[in-house]
Amino acid sequence: MTVPVPAAGAGVAPTVRQAPSVPEASSKLGSSLGSIGSPAHLSAASPRPSRLKEIRVLQLYPRDMNIYGDYGNALVLKRRLEWYGYTPVMLSYDPGDEFPTDPDILIGGGGQDSGQDRIQADLLGIGKRLHALAEQDVPMLMICGLYQLFGHFFETREGSRISGIGVLDVETYGTDKRLIGNVVAESDQFGTVIGYENHSGQTYLGDDAAPLAAVTAGEGNNQRDAHEGARHRNVLGSYLHGSLLPKNPAIADFLIATAVQQKFGDQLGELAAPQTAPLPLDALTDRARHIAASRPR
Amino acid sequence: MAVIRPRPPRPASILVGKAARAVTKLRGGSGSAFPGLVVERLDPGFLASVLAQLPRGVVVVSGTNGKTTTTKMVVELLRGQGLKVFTNRSGSNFTRGVVASVLGEISPRGTLEADIAVLELDEAHAVHFVRAVAPRYSLLLNVMRDQLDRFGEIDTTAGMLRTIAEHTTQGVVLNREDARVARIADSIQGQEIRYFGLAPELRKHFPSDDDLHVDTAAVGQPTPNHSVRDLCSNSADSEPKSCTDHALSENEKAPYADVTLTGLGTQQGTFRISAGNSTEEITSELTVNGAYNTYNAAAALTLVRMVLGEQIDFDALLRSLKEAAPAFGRGESLSVGGQPVDLVLVKNPAGFRLGLSSFSAEGVATMIAINDNYADGRDMSWLWDVSFESLAGQGVAMVSGVRTYDMALRLHYDGVPVDAVEPELVVALDEFLAAHPQTPRRIFCTYTAMLALRKHLGSYTEVEAFN
Repeated sequence: MTVPVPAAGAGVAPTVRQAPSVPEASSKLGSSLGSIGSPAHLSAASPRPSRLKEIRVLQLYPRDMNIYGDYGNALVLKRRLEWYGYTPVMLSYDPGDEFPTDPDILIGGGGQDSGQDRIQADLLGIGKRLHALAEQDVPMLMICGLYQLFGHFFETREGSRISGIGVLDVETYGTDKRLIGNVVAESDQFGTVIGYENHSGQTYLGDDAAPLAAVTAGEGNNQRDAHEGARHRNVLGSYLHGSLLPKNPAIADFLIATAVQQKFGDQLGELAAPQTAPLPLDALTDRARHIAASRPR
Repeated sequence: MAVIRPRPPRPASILVGKAARAVTKLRGGSGSAFPGLVVERLDPGFLASVLAQLPRGVVVVSGTNGKTTTTKMVVELLRGQGLKVFTNRSGSNFTRGVVASVLGEISPRGTLEADIAVLELDEAHAVHFVRAVAPRYSLLLNVMRDQLDRFGEIDTTAGMLRTIAEHTTQGVVLNREDARVARIADSIQGQEIRYFGLAPELRKHFPSDDDLHVDTAAVGQPTPNHSVRDLCSNSADSEPKSCTDHALSENEKAPYADVTLTGLGTQQGTFRISAGNSTEEITSELTVNGAYNTYNAAAALTLVRMVLGEQIDFDALLRSLKEAAPAFGRGESLSVGGQPVDLVLVKNPAGFRLGLSSFSAEGVATMIAINDNYADGRDMSWLWDVSFESLAGQGVAMVSGVRTYDMALRLHYDGVPVDAVEPELVVALDEFLAAHPQTPRRIFCTYTAMLALRKHLGSYTEVEAFN
């Protein structure tokens, strides 16, 4: 069996990808799924790199900002990229690292206050670069702590301001009330968004940021308005853990579709996820969403 | 030191409390929270006044993981030395649970027949408790991501343990390998500090949350699984970059440990114990199993040696160590139809990963039961911080609990085959046991799922009563 992926230099790929090609691709990759992204694997795969369409997923500050399962977002992007027939290259950036070239999708998570303190100066240092990527419409998803620091500032209860990079037109104010619990929110683009919030900073949107969703259960950005998250171009900010992407594949697919469209001009094809349980992936996802939405705060 | 004896407990509170306890038990409750609440309202100084009578005072065990088993081991080690020990063994690790346990054993005149109290306390409740009753000794195990939906942040939890240490009057035992716990030494003045620790070569078996995505090396799995590490390392680097420099640097200047775990076997541990200027290395068979419980034994040994000092009977200590059994649901093994059913309590990422790495999946039918009730923690995020790839070869026979589909989704994204999903625990357990009569079975379960499964297992085999 061959994998009908266009060779490098073939120009714009066919608009509808051949979904059945994927099982072969994923089983080929399956044995080494674990090591995709490692230098060893990349060199091992080099005999035919031109046949694989790589999407570079960059995790920002996984060392300090990976609490509350935000790793799940990275894993979901990695697997779904494979199931859509692409080769994910998982990258990370921690303070002091060289910034990876040409990331196609950026994700970031939440951290403790101490973690935020450790990365803040470094983040300001790469702020210009992140602004440029945002203005090039590169898709990004920033959760909780990095959502806050992608805004203008975080003002502590004592009144001191921690500067953010201002990619999102939002401001965050520390409070002594921690907003904790299940959240259900409605988005025109992504449908019902389901997650779990745990934050004491409360975020307010400026004119240049659109809310990601409108909260129907839980608090979201703050206790005053019904907004959850924010969006500027293809940069999404959200307070929702859970992890967010496993139970909100519409958001995962938005990030992936945007990236493959930009990089290869591709329309996203059909998801060829293997079935490994009595129910297929979409049924498991629907039920997990349904239960999560019905649970107490 | 001079101890000012508080006023004796009011006999009325004892009677009312005992009555409330009896009523709760009659109504089928475990007899813990409600009577405690009644007495607390009537007589806020009740606990302090009762526990102050004990000649050897109060010992508090706290931390995220391993409290119940460690407390049980400390109690058994002390009983092996001939002491009469009072403990809150029911897993009621809140102040009200302690009050309820006291009510169960106190005489109507307010005397508690015991030499020493060894109490397992939930971190947040321990803070209130130590302000009312200063412990003579405390043992602080670890700070891991658990119940963040209640406490907020790991650093907040570490602050709670610090408060416990500050209120301890004589001696504090700290986990040298947990950077946040070891740092508590900085704020202790006057009290003796002792550490329990791990030999460097064993540290890889005990990943902290700081190495969450770094080192998934497992006992019995010589090849570490690199899938998660790679997310942490920059693929532009020629070598995987350690994500834990900040955590590991603490170990380099580590203080000397009173008891060091130096070897791990199947239900066996080797401990290096300091004795004056020399050290003694002992290898002991253990009733507890798993890397985690073996390390808890090192913690228990350190604490007991501190409490008893020169008076310790070393031979008796080793005998008790060998026989100390795990607490219910913590590596507990039952037998159904001639094959074992092991219950492994999982409540946070580090605990789940240790549970997976401590026991090989080979030849075992696995069930996972995940609830999200208050006692389990409502947030499912933690499941995404556990790698389940070690189960990919064998697969998972059954997924159950309120959050069945969250767990099944998690396994799907790790490529782990699942045979069956059934949210109803009782139905799932019946089907699981029926489908795998001839093999050992292992059930990973959250707290409330474990309570329900244990109860139903009672219809198959004898299960030690909870409480």
